[in-house]
Amino acid sequence: MSEKLLEVNDLTTSFKIKGEYYPAVDHVSFSIKPNEVLALVGESGSGKSATAFSLMGLHTKARIEGEVRFQERELTELSTGKMNKIRGGDMSMIFQDPMTALNPLMKVKLQIMETLKLHGTKSKNERESYAVELLDKVGIPRPERVAEAFPHELSGGMRQRVVIAIAIANRPKLLIADEPTTALDVTIQAQILDLIRDLQDDLGSGVLLITHDLGVVAEMADRVAVMYAGQIVEVAPVRELFKNPRHPYTRSLLNSLPSEDMLGSKLHVIEGVVPPLNKMDRDGCRFAPRIPWVPASEHEDNPELREIAGDHFVRCTCYRNFHLNNEETAAESLETGTGGRA
Amino acid sequence: MLKFTIRRLLVTFPQLVVLSVLVFIMGSLMPGDALSGLIDPTIPREAIEAKREALGLNNPWYIQYRDWVFAMFQGDFGNSIFHQRPVLDVIGDRLLNTIWLSLFSTVLIYLLGLPLGLVSGRYNDSLLDTTITGYTYLGFATPQFIFGLVLLWIFGYNLGWFPTGGSVGPGIEPGTLDYVLSKMNHLVLPSFAIALIGLVGTVQYLRSGIIETKQKDFIVLARAKGVNESAVYNRHIFRNSILPIAAFFGYEIVALLGGSIFIEMIYSYPGMGRLFLDSISTRDFSVANVLILFYGFMAIVGALLSDIILSIVDPRIRIK
Repeated sequence: MSEKLLEVNDLTTSFKIKGEYYPAVDHVSFSIKPNEVLALVGESGSGKSATAFSLMGLHTKARIEGEVRFQERELTELSTGKMNKIRGGDMSMIFQDPMTALNPLMKVKLQIMETLKLHGTKSKNERESYAVELLDKVGIPRPERVAEAFPHELSGGMRQRVVIAIAIANRPKLLIADEPTTALDVTIQAQILDLIRDLQDDLGSGVLLITHDLGVVAEMADRVAVMYAGQIVEVAPVRELFKNPRHPYTRSLLNSLPSEDMLGSKLHVIEGVVPPLNKMDRDGCRFAPRIPWVPASEHEDNPELREIAGDHFVRCTCYRNFHLNNEETAAESLETGTGGRA
Repeated sequence: MLKFTIRRLLVTFPQLVVLSVLVFIMGSLMPGDALSGLIDPTIPREAIEAKREALGLNNPWYIQYRDWVFAMFQGDFGNSIFHQRPVLDVIGDRLLNTIWLSLFSTVLIYLLGLPLGLVSGRYNDSLLDTTITGYTYLGFATPQFIFGLVLLWIFGYNLGWFPTGGSVGPGIEPGTLDYVLSKMNHLVLPSFAIALIGLVGTVQYLRSGIIETKQKDFIVLARAKGVNESAVYNRHIFRNSILPIAAFFGYEIVALLGGSIFIEMIYSYPGMGRLFLDSISTRDFSVANVLILFYGFMAIVGALLSDIILSIVDPRIRIK
């Protein structure tokens, strides 16, 4: 379908640990349409950022397999020179930590002008005035002054606006936002999200929003892909996902969200952690070790992503009879012998 | 920037005053005075005492200090007893030689050190890097005079490509082209001997700077902008990695201007290092005093230079 802006098929990104390659992103497939916001959600270590870096070709020491089709071109086959024409141009990225994302020795305007120069704005005066214009566009007060400033003279929120200005400088068709608000104050977070949404409306670009904040997802996304241990475990339109989450991991995540009617009671947590790359069991359902009360027969041997309703995909069969640990009755926990939490 | 420089300059004044007082007091604490070594012991005591009075040696130390400082401001640094010439003349000849030697060495250090560090940091843990790093460890561990002797033996003695000593060939008229060429020819071996050891610090600093900088977030952002690899290194990584070297530059220059005693001895090169050593062993304290003052002065200037250079390279240093 030609209306797809980005189509990722079986993307596998592997890192070398002690001489052996381990996939951090394992056969991931998804697509983004123009003007669509796809959120990629998951815990730390689930492979979200590794996916984004693979799309941008920013991994220096990883093995990348599979297809990344962007505007009808296969990115994984492009030379670095051709890739440099795309990244920063039609495909750009907003980074997580604005405190470290800017070159401390370069004036703000030069950092913006650099990307303008690389993607075709020939005249220097034009670049300079456009840099100021961009700073204005991302909501920086007195942009002429900030243009002359060095990053250390700006606050975190301001720096993130500069990072965003760099990302949107060449009117990208696809914007990858890698946890754009994680490192910011709560008050600034909302402003930055509003800004990203406004810019996205304005540019009509597709957005891949990477986050572990489900509040951000609810506010921003059109569709959501939930990632666990390098695999996508559930994909659904945002309303469907929040109304009818199916995969045990998605349900556990939503269940861990603090809410008003939970005031005073203990916060739900998912037991265990995402296993490290080189110690991960790659057979069967990868989430199984974290829901030990679910009998093995519920899981598939080779879990696949299946469409269970319109545009709603879930991996593995364990979702069918799944109930959350804290919903268990005492009788059930006695029966299965695995016990719920106190 | 200008404000910073002025402020930084103002700080150096008290430093200079303290330095001169210290040098003066230490000089006067030494046994004997300017007359003790010069006079015939058979001269009557009264005559010596009269001469002392006339030279102001009986004045309190602060008056003597004042006279000393005033004289220096007028360009009078006293006479060398050993050389029987004004101290300034004695130092002047040597200083010029040392300036040439340090200039050659500095250029060599950065000309060889920066590319080696850059390559080593960019391709870290490759065979090339291991070789370069291996050499720097060797350089750290080897005393300077070993390199001096080896170079002298191979290129001076065995191959005979370069002269083995002195600062200029005998009987060459100053000011001619031959004179300049001969001077340069005499500089090659000593400056290489200094540079081959001197560059290991630069290589190591730059290497670790580059390895640290290249994994910073803003380098990823630069790549994400579509900056090509060589520009990533030249524009973004290199400048962020030379900060420690820039900070060290002033001190390095000053250390070289102080003269290298070993190298000057090996190549019998008439520079500052040897002059200092000689002036102490011949008890030529008027020269030694001025040299100590000069070294102290240069140390202060070096720190100043380093601060100013660093503030040019790194905007975060600049004082508002």
